[in-house]
Amino acid sequence: MSDTPGPPPSGGAGPSSTRKEPPSGSAGPLTTRTSPRRGAHPLARFLVRRVLLAVLMAWGITLVTFVLTNLVPGDPVAANLGQRALGDPAIVAQWRAEHGLDQPLWRQYLLHLQGLLQGDLGTSQQSHRPVSQDLAEFVPATLELAGAAILVSLVLGVAFGVVAALRRDRLSDHALRVLSLIGISVPTFWLALVAFYVFFYRLQLTPGSGRVDAALGLAPAVTGMQTVDALLAGRWDIFSSAVAHLVTPALVLALYTIGLLTRFTRSAVLEVLGQDYVRAARAKGLPGRVVLFRYVLRSALVPIITVAGLAFGSLLSGTVLVEAIFAWPGIGQYAYKSATTLDLPAVMGVGLVVGVVYLVINLVVDVLYGVIDPRVRLQ
Amino acid sequence: MRRRDPLARKGLLRRLPEAWRQPLAVVGAVLAVAWLVIALAAPVLAPHDPLAQDLPRLAPPGPDHWFGTDQLGRDILSRVMYGARVSIPLTLLLVALSVLIGGLLGACAGYFGRWADETIMRVADLVFAFPTVILAMVVAAALGPSLANAVLAVLVVAWPAYARVTRGLVLGVREREFVLSGRLLGFSAWRSLRVDVLPNVTGPVLVLATLDIGTALLLLSGLSFLGLGAKPPSPEWGAMVASGVEVFDSWWVATFPGLAILTVVLAFNFLGDTLRDALDPRTARAIKERAL
Repeated sequence: MSDTPGPPPSGGAGPSSTRKEPPSGSAGPLTTRTSPRRGAHPLARFLVRRVLLAVLMAWGITLVTFVLTNLVPGDPVAANLGQRALGDPAIVAQWRAEHGLDQPLWRQYLLHLQGLLQGDLGTSQQSHRPVSQDLAEFVPATLELAGAAILVSLVLGVAFGVVAALRRDRLSDHALRVLSLIGISVPTFWLALVAFYVFFYRLQLTPGSGRVDAALGLAPAVTGMQTVDALLAGRWDIFSSAVAHLVTPALVLALYTIGLLTRFTRSAVLEVLGQDYVRAARAKGLPGRVVLFRYVLRSALVPIITVAGLAFGSLLSGTVLVEAIFAWPGIGQYAYKSATTLDLPAVMGVGLVVGVVYLVINLVVDVLYGVIDPRVRLQ
Repeated sequence: MRRRDPLARKGLLRRLPEAWRQPLAVVGAVLAVAWLVIALAAPVLAPHDPLAQDLPRLAPPGPDHWFGTDQLGRDILSRVMYGARVSIPLTLLLVALSVLIGGLLGACAGYFGRWADETIMRVADLVFAFPTVILAMVVAAALGPSLANAVLAVLVVAWPAYARVTRGLVLGVREREFVLSGRLLGFSAWRSLRVDVLPNVTGPVLVLATLDIGTALLLLSGLSFLGLGAKPPSPEWGAMVASGVEVFDSWWVATFPGLAILTVVLAFNFLGDTLRDALDPRTARAIKERAL
């Protein structure tokens, strides 16, 4: 997000009245350019602005996926029709007309956009089903996995970060620093393989692949998330099996974000610890726990939430590398299969859906900003 | 005469030797140098031809083959060593290109402002709207699977971070007196950027680049793991891990190339983290905020 551009450098080098830019350029998503309109509630105005921006970005995402699909050097006709059909020019022409490939590119994009608005993401070359149908089936499993992982990362990452900040420069701080650096250095796809091998194949501590024991069957689908559905159906056996299946992939996925959040929480808490109001709270004799939770964590939470929103993106990315190994039937595994077989409509569909989910998450984070921190001014 | 921001000089030059006394930096440097040596001397060090398929298949690690052999009877130790010649130079090239492209665009955005700023930063925002692996995967799939295209795909997702950092830093110095006086003396925009602005930007950008080497390698090998990067016979680490998935119970096939990725990434993360702490806290904070 950009600040109000200051006066141009060559323009009248006015006296010190020129507006000073903060050294880091911009402060946060809320200090964006807003025209000083009056009337509407600032929060409402902010929300409208952010939603409009999100819609604009979503449109940009469709443009990106469309352009990328059309960059492909390979001929989509060759990829979709069999050898014999390819020999017949009439069939080829008919196929091209059917898929709008005989139209100019901009009309193809409009057709594509029209299709998107109607929920048509094209047809997967692998499953020969509409991509939207495939995705609808796989999205809940991924949301369950990524949701569990972000929960674990938030709890552990924030806890580790607070400990590191409070015990600054002691042994535990240094140990956590090394551990979090290792956490962000491990290749996720490799860790998934190692965890699967060690915990399932060797030690047989965890159930292997899939989401629940095959013998139990799936809980009746309501949300598509097994843990939630099992609870709704009151099936404790399925619930515990689902949780057992969830633990390893979620932890593998979470390791990177745990490392990330530990480091950011540490620096955010350290920054707040040095503030006058924290010193004042201590000086007036408030117990340490009260100071930590009510004064320090509350204001440290703002940068942490931002990072968590961004970390969710890396979790969604990570599912592509993790789900395939745990045979977790989510969009990650779908993307993996589509990528390895170069099933472009499916790959673009995943890109589109994940891009939009990510957009929504960051929109929510921006709004949370104002809720958590009353100091954030909605200009 | 070159005018530097005194803070930048203090941050980079005077405090660097102190940084090297940090154990993390030493471990990182040793690891990085070791890998560079392995990459350079692979033909001398490797006990076997990385592509020759004349050894017993899937032999576990032992005195003959320290890291075992894979399903085609190739020596994994040799392949891991040769893999350093594939991954490390490509990653370094990748990061250098991102710094160059992102830095240049970011500097233009920050210095000229207005429409240049708007255009460049909106495109950067668009890239940030995608999670990186997903966008890189989509780009690599669209370009067709090859190592060069994988590098291009990672480049597409990597440059905006540098554009943001550089833009922020340039905004910070743009109106400082020494820049303004340079302009008043008649410096062209290009000269002003090069002589007055650039020296104040390089430090933090280099730190970000060091930290980014690890991320870039993870992405690149991840794409190869997905089959969107290196082609089969090439001893690329990500592709080697992928081949280990097929022969699951021969754990050594996937384990050692994975450890290679881990140690290289760790080396640069240790170095970058120490460098960042060594810089003065003001710029360090700027990096932290932009590096996302």
